[in-house]
Amino acid sequence: MARKASTQRKVLVTAIAWTIAFLIFFPILWTILMSFKSEGDAIKAPFDMLMSPWSFESYAEVQTRSNYSRHFMNSVVISLGSTLLALVIAIPAAWAMAFVPGRRTKDILMWMLSTKMMPAVGVLIPMYLIFRDFGLLDTRTGLVVVLTLINLPIVVWMLYTYFKEIPGEILEAARMDGANLRSEIIYVLTPMAVPGIASTLLLNVILAWNEAFWTLQLTTSAAAPLTQFIASYSSPEGLFYAKLSAASTMAIAPILILGWFSQKQLVRGLTFGAVK
Amino acid sequence: MGKITLRNVTKKFGDVAVIPALNLDIENGEFVVFVGPSGCGKSTLLRLIAGLEDTTDGSILIDGADATDTPPAKRGLAMVFQSYALYPHMSVRKNISFPLKMAGVDPAEATRKVDNAAKVLNLTSYLDRKPGQLSGGQRQRVAIGRAIVREPKAFLFDEPLSNLDAALRVNMRLEITELHQTLKTTMIYVTHDQVEAMTMADKIVVLNAGRIEQVGSPLTLYRNPANVFVAGFIGSPKMNLITGPEAEKRGATTIGIRPEHIDLSTTAGEWQGEVGVSEHLGSDTFLHVHVPGMPTLTVRAGGEYGVHHGDRIFLTPQADKMHRFGADGKAM
Repeated sequence: MARKASTQRKVLVTAIAWTIAFLIFFPILWTILMSFKSEGDAIKAPFDMLMSPWSFESYAEVQTRSNYSRHFMNSVVISLGSTLLALVIAIPAAWAMAFVPGRRTKDILMWMLSTKMMPAVGVLIPMYLIFRDFGLLDTRTGLVVVLTLINLPIVVWMLYTYFKEIPGEILEAARMDGANLRSEIIYVLTPMAVPGIASTLLLNVILAWNEAFWTLQLTTSAAAPLTQFIASYSSPEGLFYAKLSAASTMAIAPILILGWFSQKQLVRGLTFGAVK
Repeated sequence: MGKITLRNVTKKFGDVAVIPALNLDIENGEFVVFVGPSGCGKSTLLRLIAGLEDTTDGSILIDGADATDTPPAKRGLAMVFQSYALYPHMSVRKNISFPLKMAGVDPAEATRKVDNAAKVLNLTSYLDRKPGQLSGGQRQRVAIGRAIVREPKAFLFDEPLSNLDAALRVNMRLEITELHQTLKTTMIYVTHDQVEAMTMADKIVVLNAGRIEQVGSPLTLYRNPANVFVAGFIGSPKMNLITGPEAEKRGATTIGIRPEHIDLSTTAGEWQGEVGVSEHLGSDTFLHVHVPGMPTLTVRAGGEYGVHHGDRIFLTPQADKMHRFGADGKAM
């Protein structure tokens, strides 16, 4: 039986939800607001800061001091590259796990996911040495590889969940119709899993775009993405709040816009299979 | 050609043998129905023939050539699934032409074949629709269309009508039978519905726990069931199976008499009973009669039969239609 909620209760619940949402969004909002102030005004008390004049001074300075477009392009190449590479590896892997599972498939999936629970810093030194020896330090290729490896467990897991929802009989029908494995994946499985693959792609792009540990450790300038661009404005001395805020706003704006337009797809993707 | 031979075909899942060594010959052009209760292994057997399951032992020959290890795509068989298994992202035309595309058939030739199949199956006006926009019967016809365009050696049907409503099921049953008469291609059809088996088959294979209980034409199975299982499974309503003194009196462990082979009388007869439920179908009346010392007997009376619940009635089994079974369940 459906529960009836009184209007008063609905108003209260809505108010609580909006308050929580505002609290979560507040740091981003404050960063955006600070980015439109001068360095002097940015460190004033909150009310005084809000009342101070608005300016594009910090944006102008950030533009002069750094090459935003180079960092932006690095972020685009690294996040899209690692996502596409992860998909190329994960689609056949998830296919095998979903449609021809072995006795240990679940264990392998859990093990893959468990690697995400390990603190990244634990493997920093071996990773750094490998990157140094292979000449991958400060290269886009190196970051594409490392971000692919980091996000692969989540990509495989998400695709596995989607593929499990596709009736096996349809793939069997394709086999009976003369399709080999390649045709089965290209003509039948992938088009049917497009919503799932799109959600996985979006989420992985966002994760890769925001990844800050490896991108900061393994790059300095040539392959430095936007995370390095933000970090370059953090300084132990001097005034940097406004410039840091401007840089952060410029770095998060593209992904925030992407997330906003794709939120429906993302939510559907993350809750897929939760309710049949 | 479409001769299929199974030699000692065995299927085990772990230690459980769902199909113990099984032998069967299916001749070219035959309409063979695998029938049996749920879990008897009929769908598994069909999937073994299709190549969708690997055999544990034994061999499957298609037109004399060993196809045991041949992948499904290379066996030259077409299958129609219970769930239709249409490709939801493709139009009806693309669904039907998919096997031709996989076979590398020239697009113009494929279009001609799809148009022909659509004409035969009354799908011409639906060719640009997606499966989601079709009714159950239309979807099933698309699945059949997809199977016929590739001109397979044999068609495999896995309970294709069980998702349809009763009226549509009767229509599709006729359509598939007509299709068989037109194409004259081997068809193997799996069903748990013995009416489908009786009405469609040239040859029925009755399966129970993975074993073949009997193979024969529908009327052979109806008239001469090899054992108690087949006797109870073939025929609707079921044959009355009686054990105890009545059977012993006739020198058997179990006797069987079909509802249509018992004569009714309100005045005299061999067995006396009381009418329980009576089912009036218009063309027939089925009476469920309680006879002391026997299970409830089902008796068919032609047309409308004017008896009511609790009425006393006399039953006389037709001696020449009586089936006798021994202690091992086999016909005597």
